[in-house]
Amino acid sequence: MSNPLDLIERAKKGDKRALGRLLTLLEEISAENAWVLERLSSESGRAHVIGITGMPGSGKSTLISRLIRAFRDKGYKVAVITIDPTSPISSGSIMGDRVRMQEHATDAGVFIRSVTNRGILGGVSLAALAMIEAFDVMGYDKIIVETVGVGQSETDIMNVADTIVVLTMPGAGDDVQALKAGVFEIGDIYVVNKSDRPDAVRTYEYMLFVAEKEALGRGGSWKPLVIKTSAALGLGIRELAEAIERHLSYVRESGEKERRLLARRAHLMKLVAVRALLGALEEVMREEGESVSKVAKDMRGFYDEAMRIVKLTGKRVS
Amino acid sequence: MQSRRTSRIRIKVLVAKVGLDGHDRGAKVVARALRDAGFEVVYTGLRQTIDQVVAAAIQEDVDIIGINQHEGSHIHIARKLMQKLKEAGAEDIAVVMGGSIPLVDVEPLKALGVKEVFLPGTPIAEIVRRLEEIVKGGQIASEAEA
Repeated sequence: MSNPLDLIERAKKGDKRALGRLLTLLEEISAENAWVLERLSSESGRAHVIGITGMPGSGKSTLISRLIRAFRDKGYKVAVITIDPTSPISSGSIMGDRVRMQEHATDAGVFIRSVTNRGILGGVSLAALAMIEAFDVMGYDKIIVETVGVGQSETDIMNVADTIVVLTMPGAGDDVQALKAGVFEIGDIYVVNKSDRPDAVRTYEYMLFVAEKEALGRGGSWKPLVIKTSAALGLGIRELAEAIERHLSYVRESGEKERRLLARRAHLMKLVAVRALLGALEEVMREEGESVSKVAKDMRGFYDEAMRIVKLTGKRVS
Repeated sequence: MQSRRTSRIRIKVLVAKVGLDGHDRGAKVVARALRDAGFEVVYTGLRQTIDQVVAAAIQEDVDIIGINQHEGSHIHIARKLMQKLKEAGAEDIAVVMGGSIPLVDVEPLKALGVKEVFLPGTPIAEIVRRLEEIVKGGQIASEAEA
């Protein structure tokens, strides 16, 4: 089996087999292989990380396929990380987002990789964050991360992308939905996809309202944009690609890009820490099962019991 | 350093259909059943070229490629697929096939390097068992090599 340094060297020369294997290694960061990520990160920080989120069926994969074409036409190399939900019952998964992007599979300047969480809280985000560093070193200019906009632990990665694109579609909810949905607070660019539908005008107007309301409450001079697309028909794609480029200029000039890179890496470290803590906590809970069950009977002293578990967990990881 | 396949928690399989064959019910049933057995399944959809299948298998770094075919071109596809995998330096990815394949074609397919052929009526549990065996066999081989 090839060693990681060899994989890095080969991947830099454009060997996709080597890059594919390197990514597998990064799916499970451990004390033993952490040095591989250190090595990669010493050379990364250049790429443009674009997070794309939206509810299932909003057309993310189709839109990304169109965006790949638009970016390729400009000469960019494009990597896509698609995040699929894992079955909570079997912990298996079906990664089907590639279906709509397969036309780009054989393009030398495109690399598409699916990740699932493998039952570990935040596992997807950790793997995806590590993969971003690898794609960056391998010269991918645009790194697109696709997630379903539900479930905090799987979407937190969105908050640390350089550019956040939030997809919605006609009929996806009225203005009250738009007000309360947390996902409508993070977008740098909002996309109303499927805008060839007659009711798209209303959704577009709602989103303009959302963007305007939201611009009031956030720092920085960027005003969220709203763009109409039809990914299936290929409409509005050029406008979207241009908006994404415009946002890149903004984050570069404002110093925001540097801040988001550091936030991304801090988040990666936090996820490693969380994983270690949760692992230790599970162990302690198992070992203290008898005492925990006893307290559970009448809940007397439950708070103290929980704090006792915390202290034991702290000892375990130190 | 730990080898790739032993560090894997789960088995990753690519399920694909090549060419003009439009019968994807079987492929979807198998994909779903493998997911339920805890596999990571990458599904690439209908009408793929062999180059697309190889590219997806490499980018996803799968352990197994499963080709489902119902229109009679399985031998031709197997020959070309094995050749393309070799050219891409990915001949260690195991290939299995299933679908409407006549019994007499099983041996020729295996001679081409196809690890297993699942004929119509093969129970899902049997497919799961064989795929696990194949991946474990590959692990032992790569450990011996290391």
